[in-house]
Amino acid sequence: MKFGTEIVVLGFFAFAALVAAGFGVDGPFRQHMWVLFFALTGFTAILMRNTELKPVAPVDPSAYMDGPIRYGAVATMFWGVVGMLVGVVIALQLAYPDLNIQPWFNFGRLRPLHTSGVVFAFGGNALLCTSLYVVQRTCRARLFGGDLAWFVFWGYQLFIVMAATGYLLGITESREYAEPEWYVDIWLTIVWVAYLILFLGTILKRKEPHIYVANWFYLSFIVTIAMLHVVNNLSMPVSFLGSKSYSAFSGVQDALTQWWYGHNAVGFFLTAGFLGMMYYFVPKQANRPVYSYRLSIIHFWALIFLYIWAGPHHLHYTALPDWAQTLGMVFSIMLWMPSWGGMINGLMTLSGAWDKIRTDPIIRMMVAAIAFYGMSTFEGPVMAIKAVNSLSHYTDWTIGHVHSGALGWVGMISFGAIYYMVPKLWNRERLYSLRLVTWHFWLATFGIVVYAAAMWVSGIMQGLMWREYDEQGLLVYSFAETVAAMHLYYVMRAIGGAMYLSGALIMAWNIAMTILGYRREEQPMPGSLAGLRVARSGARR
Amino acid sequence: MDYNLMREFADSWGLVAMALFFVGAIAFALRPGSVELADEAARIPLQDE
Repeated sequence: MKFGTEIVVLGFFAFAALVAAGFGVDGPFRQHMWVLFFALTGFTAILMRNTELKPVAPVDPSAYMDGPIRYGAVATMFWGVVGMLVGVVIALQLAYPDLNIQPWFNFGRLRPLHTSGVVFAFGGNALLCTSLYVVQRTCRARLFGGDLAWFVFWGYQLFIVMAATGYLLGITESREYAEPEWYVDIWLTIVWVAYLILFLGTILKRKEPHIYVANWFYLSFIVTIAMLHVVNNLSMPVSFLGSKSYSAFSGVQDALTQWWYGHNAVGFFLTAGFLGMMYYFVPKQANRPVYSYRLSIIHFWALIFLYIWAGPHHLHYTALPDWAQTLGMVFSIMLWMPSWGGMINGLMTLSGAWDKIRTDPIIRMMVAAIAFYGMSTFEGPVMAIKAVNSLSHYTDWTIGHVHSGALGWVGMISFGAIYYMVPKLWNRERLYSLRLVTWHFWLATFGIVVYAAAMWVSGIMQGLMWREYDEQGLLVYSFAETVAAMHLYYVMRAIGGAMYLSGALIMAWNIAMTILGYRREEQPMPGSLAGLRVARSGARR
Repeated sequence: MDYNLMREFADSWGLVAMALFFVGAIAFALRPGSVELADEAARIPLQDE
């Protein structure tokens, strides 16, 4: 019977959630368990409506398993739009505080919804689906473990739903990028271990003797995130039927654990994983091998060995021992080498095919992503220098830096990968429209420029105002005066974010139409082979 | 096994072992004769489908 075991297990856990909703010791936990109950019951009902009593047809073991990848591509698009929309909302809340709707939609609850939404829901789904796409095609093997990929996909979506609703209900561990409480953390651990087994199992049954470098990056991302997630979330729940837990660490040890996690979440989630994407999708879209394969191996090991030590630069001038701060700073500066090595490797893959930047908007998007990777990994080490950090830390400069990396690098490379993958996954000849990709590209690029420029000006102004003394040694500005001075930049930031969001909406439309099988009749890109043909026949006439 | 013991291990043998592994990995990537193998590996994504 199709879905037989799944229905029984899900039904059991739905009942357990109902029990927890009844016996929970605090209000938010009971509400959260109701959410879980309805999510699991709804999912069980869907499975029951789709079940069949006849035996399941055997699968072709040589064919690639693309079902979860298709779902993952759609989920990436959906969560991307949601996460970016919440980002624009909180940007407007900062500019216009009246937009804070109490209690569920105030800034404090929406902000982790935005960060987790874009990092884990959008970025996570992009990594999940591209990693499964790449590992099958570079190992020439079907995914390991039968329906394990479906468990990983749906389990991860459940994690996202529980994390997101938890934030809105006010449930939080207050750990940066790791806000979900203990029971959601345990669930993510289970899903993540399943993901590791799925990925490693597929590598082990590969038919290609060599493990392609993109898989190295993906695997390092999966392994490191497992380690970071478990250590950072070591905590003791107050009650097994309650939503509150306390960290196993305290004081400066806790702070360092959090930033060891936080920085490596950037290093291994937002960098290593997406580099895996770069090393597969850029060669595919450009149709030429990576510039230097040996450089990619050195890029890999240097990144792995250096990144893990850079976390203390988030704690300059705090109670953290001085030597640890200096260590974090030095390793951050050394990170320039692998970052720029990788950027050069990605860009030079196009050598001999630079015209594609003009004629292929998807390549243009990928090149912009790699350029932003280079720029933000140049800016990051600069900001990690203690003298610079004394100006930049706690200001909007940091937020500008994060977004040039997140919108520029992570966002653009994911968009490029999805644009490449979707026509392949649904057997379409091409995307619905290449012109719309161009629109998306320029909206996103200008959005990032507006966003980052506004945050540089605002952040440096803020930092300078904070440290301004008069001749008697008294501070010149009160905190509220710095906030008032930033209003204009906050409005500009919201505009930049809205531009980026509108680009993503255009993409969602383009992807949806591609999946539905439509093709927009349009002029080919100027300068491309098809475009030149059109121009020549026009001249002849 | 207290903090001091771990710390002493980390900044002596631990450090040496990690540095040697790192240098070894890079030396292995750049060893003579790796060029053809690397070129072959670089073509893996272009040979699928």
